[in-house]
Amino acid sequence: MPNTIANRKAICDVLLERAQSDRDIVVLCSDSRGSASLTPFFETFPEQSVEVGIAEQDLVGIAAGLASCGKKVFAASPASFVTTRSYEQAKVDCAYSDTNVTLIGISGGVSYGALGMSHHSAQDIAAMSAIPNMRVYLPSDRFQTACLIDALLADEKPAYVRVGRNPVEDVYAADGCPFEMGKATTLAEGDDVAIIACGEMVAPALAAAKSLEDKGVSATVLDMYCVKPIDADAVRDAAARCKVVLTVEEHSPFGGLGSQVAQIVGESCPRLVRNLALPDAPVVTGTSKEVFAHYGLDADGIAASALELLQKAVD
Amino acid sequence: MTSIEELESLRWDLRQRCVDIIMAGGGGHIGGDMSVIDALMVLYKNHLNVSPEKVDDPDRDRFVLSKGHAMEAYYAVLCEQGFLDYEDVRDRFSKFGSPYIGHPNNKLAGIEMNSGSLGHGLPVAVGMALAARMDSRSYRTYAIMGDGELAEGSVWEGAMSAANYKLDNLCALVDRNRLQISGGTEDVMAQDSQEERWAAFGWNVISIPGNDVRAIDSALTLAEQTSGKPTVIILNTTKGLGSSLMENKASWHHHLPNDEEYKQISADFAAHKEAERNA
Repeated sequence: MPNTIANRKAICDVLLERAQSDRDIVVLCSDSRGSASLTPFFETFPEQSVEVGIAEQDLVGIAAGLASCGKKVFAASPASFVTTRSYEQAKVDCAYSDTNVTLIGISGGVSYGALGMSHHSAQDIAAMSAIPNMRVYLPSDRFQTACLIDALLADEKPAYVRVGRNPVEDVYAADGCPFEMGKATTLAEGDDVAIIACGEMVAPALAAAKSLEDKGVSATVLDMYCVKPIDADAVRDAAARCKVVLTVEEHSPFGGLGSQVAQIVGESCPRLVRNLALPDAPVVTGTSKEVFAHYGLDADGIAASALELLQKAVD
Repeated sequence: MTSIEELESLRWDLRQRCVDIIMAGGGGHIGGDMSVIDALMVLYKNHLNVSPEKVDDPDRDRFVLSKGHAMEAYYAVLCEQGFLDYEDVRDRFSKFGSPYIGHPNNKLAGIEMNSGSLGHGLPVAVGMALAARMDSRSYRTYAIMGDGELAEGSVWEGAMSAANYKLDNLCALVDRNRLQISGGTEDVMAQDSQEERWAAFGWNVISIPGNDVRAIDSALTLAEQTSGKPTVIILNTTKGLGSSLMENKASWHHHLPNDEEYKQISADFAAHKEAERNA
């Protein structure tokens, strides 16, 4: 049975449960409660919900003001808008003022498909990572999303979380989601290629590792949901045991997971690194799956890139 | 409560300390400091329920200096109220490694939020006012903006939400000194009438002579008594108030007086103080 629960719904479920005993949890939306799957929260806890209308700067500013008064704030808005329109509020009101705000970027990456580049967030990892004192997380499935939200509720620092619009294949299970805040999850261990992925790219990366195994190629697969601060030790260890490193992300080629991994590998354990990402251009029209396949970000594409890179290392 | 007479004297001492901080630090936003310092002083002296002992009290009133560049005036008032040590601020302002920077730094006692980039304070203050309502606390929230700042769209997003949520525990103050870096506000980007604009957004509007201590005090009291909507106090001020050298001069937006100018400004402050005493 394919999973039908989107990561955004997993966020709402955790917040609904925790808010029953924590009156300081506050959720904000910018006319986005439906698309964020947060309508149940607004209906169950109206006094802990704030609607700001289509006004992302106001969304993030108000979120920071609430947080400065002790609230644990989750502000949800499309990733494309909350990481650009309100970028300065994220920088000044959240990161610089060090407020307990979690920005939830919904419908991230190319989730909005045919709606075009205005609605895609191919820049969000780079943009948010560049802000001092801002953390960036891209959970891979609904179980990890739930673990992450719980972990964020337990601290008081600003963070950005990107989730996609559609349900994604489970990587973990309800009773089997190993999670340590700030640490990558190792999904496979092998010695030929290290595949480091985040968000929706983790499932195809794992599938690629399985198909590579049939060809006699062993892969280490890291779920690097914590893009910033990245788990540098896990990157170094994976690079050290493998011949080449492949990164996979639903993001522009610059300033994302691949850039961070390449920095670490280049400094501490030189290997060939290839960054699989979206192009430096508006993406082709299509569903997420179609777009990923077109740019080689599906299991077949990732496996093919791994083989090419290994061949290059031998040459 | 501090008497109007005491405030009318103190405002010149605060201006002098503000200018001394600027001199020691090698420059500051002196023009806007001088226009807004009276409102800052009256707010902290007679209306804000906050003190050095209460910086973490959940019931304290909240204040956000949205026109963060008026920081030297804010330092003078925070020192006067005992949050910071005046000599320490003056000696280290803008110096290497100093916490006393040119905009609000919320790592310092008494400062709630960082600002500097304009148009941030009102949405933040809306969040603080909403938090009071959620927690059934009676504290009030204040934000001071500059008039040039009102060109920022985020101000009006905040204005819309404050009225939508009928935040009568929120009071915005606008330092309407009619000057910004490039010149007069009406030449740079016309904004008259601010009274009509805020009223159209659903706010209670009080427009006063913004350097008149008694008028500021009364307006803040009126705002406290208003229910059902947020209040904005339009402070019709004079940029650079206190010395003819700098009054209504856009070039004094950010400036370091030379020695001669410093002497003149200090003498003018003293003369104002004396005149006010004899009035």
